[in-house]
Amino acid sequence: MTATDYAHPERLVSTQWLADQLAAGAAGAGTQIVVLESDEDVLLYETGHIPGALKLDWITDLNDPLTRDYIDAEQFAAVMSARGISRDTTVVLYGDKSNWWAAYALWVLSLFGHENAKLLDGGRAKWIAEGRELTTAIPEVAPATGEAAYPVVERDDAPIRAFKEDVLAHLGKPLVDVRSPGEYSGELLHMPDYPQEGAVRGGHIPGAKSVPWARATNADGTFKSRPELEAIYLAEQGLSPEDEVVAYCRIGERSSHTWFVLHHLLGFDKVRNYDGSWTEWGNAVRVPIEK
Amino acid sequence: MPASLAEIAADFLDLAPKDRLQLLLEFSQGLPDLPERYADAPESLEQVHECQSPLFLTVEVGEGMPRGAQPVSLFFSAPPEAPTTRGFAGILHEGLDGLSVDEVLATPEAAPMSFGLAEVVSPLRLRGMVAMLSRIKRQVALKSGAALA
Repeated sequence: MTATDYAHPERLVSTQWLADQLAAGAAGAGTQIVVLESDEDVLLYETGHIPGALKLDWITDLNDPLTRDYIDAEQFAAVMSARGISRDTTVVLYGDKSNWWAAYALWVLSLFGHENAKLLDGGRAKWIAEGRELTTAIPEVAPATGEAAYPVVERDDAPIRAFKEDVLAHLGKPLVDVRSPGEYSGELLHMPDYPQEGAVRGGHIPGAKSVPWARATNADGTFKSRPELEAIYLAEQGLSPEDEVVAYCRIGERSSHTWFVLHHLLGFDKVRNYDGSWTEWGNAVRVPIEK
Repeated sequence: MPASLAEIAADFLDLAPKDRLQLLLEFSQGLPDLPERYADAPESLEQVHECQSPLFLTVEVGEGMPRGAQPVSLFFSAPPEAPTTRGFAGILHEGLDGLSVDEVLATPEAAPMSFGLAEVVSPLRLRGMVAMLSRIKRQVALKSGAALA
């Protein structure tokens, strides 16, 4: 395990820990520790992945194709069961871009109350940088069936997910805008290089603090230490672990990363991710913005 | 749609959706490297901002042929950690490189929707390929003096 001074250190595992579990046959498809890769690029898994890891794509597996929402309880149970995951299975998630998308998948798992979900600290890049094994072999996995089948558990959005109406009611309390400085100031109507996810207005939600998500990571993709994170979010931004906080970005993925930092690493109990984020707020009628 | 691109589309559609990803990966691996004259001068390439990951491209239009019949050459650059973007570029390279100006300009804007990829990579990601094609056509029109259909 990595640095134990985090609020919930059990939510992170190190590359060495995972390598040891894999070597011992204790992790991988069909065991009690299932490893899932979740990337921005949907083909990256196919180019090579951690041996025994299965793929979980944030768009095609977790989003409902017709409603801008996540999949429902039955669909989620099917996604998990197909990967041999039961309710008590430990799920270790990792991915590209400092676990940006893995954190998003972990947040969606949390909407369904899957408690035993962890991130591989440093993600795909650290695993590769350390010269560890990759494979293109896709593991055969027996779906979880019968007693082991993943139960149909209704999503409980309220504790960690904010909708536009919630954010309107929240105005005046702390908000963290995790987008780039240009998006925050309103100079850019979209994230650099992502114009397809633009908005008709630029700026930020009134009162939001600007803390780009990647400030929480080291160059090797791992999370910064607790004192370093406290220096940013507590000392510099004036947040306190008792605060009710809403984090947002453009579609809620980068802010899942910050949600993970505030909630699991710094111990904030009341953090919600606003997944509608700027693609909703920046386009919505009669909501205030600030530049 | 040009026959070469239609053939690729047929290959994709023959496969089960899951196997289409494997074929896309093969296109990603088959994308040729940039020739030296561009590798040494990345600023001469146009960035396709609509792609999730950085992709740069440029086109060359051959000379000495009647207007519209000049051959088109395509050049792409995308990092190996962006295999989906590389795969899109690989399809367009194999389907359009060497065709005439008229043939490239006649390629429908919606051609990227013909590969059965929307259901496996999501329509959101396919927008990158649509943007690549429209930028290719715009560059071909500019460099050949032809009007964009």
